[in-house]
Amino acid sequence: MTTLTYAVRDSSTMLRRNLKHLLRYPSLTLMIIGMPVVFLLLFVYVFGGTMGAGLPGTGGAVDGAASRADYLHYITPTLLVMTVASVANSTAILVAKDATEGIIDRFRTMPIARSAPLNGHVLAALAQTVFGVVVILGIAVALGYRAGDSVAGWAGAAGMLVLMGVAVTWLCVALGLASGSVEGASNAPMPLILLPFLSSGFVPTDSMPSGLAWVAEHQPFTPIIDTLRAFLDGRDPGADVWWAVGWCALVTVVCFWWAVRLFGRVRAG
Amino acid sequence: MNLPSPAVEVVGITKSYGDHHVLRGIDLTVPTGTVYALLGPNGAGKTTMVRILSTLITADTGEARVAGVDVRTQPDGVRRSIGVTGQFSAIDELLTGRENLRLMADLAHLPAREGAARVDELLGRFDLTEAADRRAATYSGGMKRRLDLAMTLVRLPRVIFLDEPTSGLDPRSRRDLWQIVRELLEDGVTIFLTTQYLEEADQLAHRVGLLDGGRLVATGTPEELKAQAGGETLDDVFLALTGHAIPTDDDLEDDLEAAR
Repeated sequence: MTTLTYAVRDSSTMLRRNLKHLLRYPSLTLMIIGMPVVFLLLFVYVFGGTMGAGLPGTGGAVDGAASRADYLHYITPTLLVMTVASVANSTAILVAKDATEGIIDRFRTMPIARSAPLNGHVLAALAQTVFGVVVILGIAVALGYRAGDSVAGWAGAAGMLVLMGVAVTWLCVALGLASGSVEGASNAPMPLILLPFLSSGFVPTDSMPSGLAWVAEHQPFTPIIDTLRAFLDGRDPGADVWWAVGWCALVTVVCFWWAVRLFGRVRAG
Repeated sequence: MNLPSPAVEVVGITKSYGDHHVLRGIDLTVPTGTVYALLGPNGAGKTTMVRILSTLITADTGEARVAGVDVRTQPDGVRRSIGVTGQFSAIDELLTGRENLRLMADLAHLPAREGAARVDELLGRFDLTEAADRRAATYSGGMKRRLDLAMTLVRLPRVIFLDEPTSGLDPRSRRDLWQIVRELLEDGVTIFLTTQYLEEADQLAHRVGLLDGGRLVATGTPEELKAQAGGETLDDVFLALTGHAIPTDDDLEDDLEAAR
């Protein structure tokens, strides 16, 4: 077998290990998906009546049910993105746990593909992401969310979520390895949870003060959320999709390289 | 029969972290099929030596070959020949004992049936058959150490590194582990172990290296060392050569007390 087939085989072995962990601790998955569920309910039912009225094209009149429906439509893509980020966040903790428990040293002294243990974490996170996205989308639909009927749009949205999932998960794998402790790893990816708030995720960026609006428009979550929103509505996302794909590709490449380097790195001791 | 090349050859290895010189020039040779014990107190550099030989870290200077392969230039070649059991348990506590071993068999690319047979054999040999389908988190210290070693043996390594294999174990688990080491030797593997305990080196090792402050202060068979220092025990040797004592079994008992 070639190096590549060994890498694929070792990665799928590691994926099975990580999936077993997730199945044995379903409470972890529930907690990860719980956060976006709570946000969804909170933002729609508590803030939605007022926030929805402020969205462009709604006329500005506060009309409880109609405004909530508008806001649900506006933030559902954001909550899907936050689900992906939440899963990635937990991956940082799982990776750090592995690294502090000595089993990573065993893997590092074995003739296996260098990236296999990390690939296992990333693939398991993607499986969890798919599950989480389906749950959140199901709840949103139950609350009245309706996406467009464009199959290409759905495919585009799924592709966008996967690309983003790969990127932020590799980022979190690297952060998990760099943090050196489980506690550190649970804090390191906080920006992933906060950045969607500083984007077009919950309010249009042009409603923000000019300096903040500039930041919001130039950070990766805005083109990702705008692209997802367009795809789900069956619209053409225009240039946003290239910014979104570009950001994801950049983060993936840099963080993959960083993570594999950290994995093979000399540890003091 | 041709004389086999040494299992481990180390020449002039040094390693520093900043101003802290952990290893100050180590030379040693371990013939194939023998047990070498690196004996020394905490902080002597034993673990650093094992980490260098098992490709986890690289030395600053010097050369090391394991199973005839250079650890610096061909780490993957070394990894094909070695097994490592460290001081800290390298098992997956969320998996069962059987799943841990199966993970190793899969990573060794054993065909499914061969892998399952190897796993069953190791579970039996390490007295883990009954606990095989329990999560490793529920195992006792001795069981975890046995599982750890069994995982190391799935791939049939030719050179095995045991870093303080019995630290923190109760006396019975220690004797069990010594017996396992003797059995491994019968299979022709080479064992490089580190220990703080004289009795362990005396019981198991063909050759002993006394490590103190990053230097090998003496090497030889346990008997040679005793003759060299004119003492009855390795403790006398250590005291004679370094001016201070190394931990004895009393300290082991203290460790166990402290661990409780």
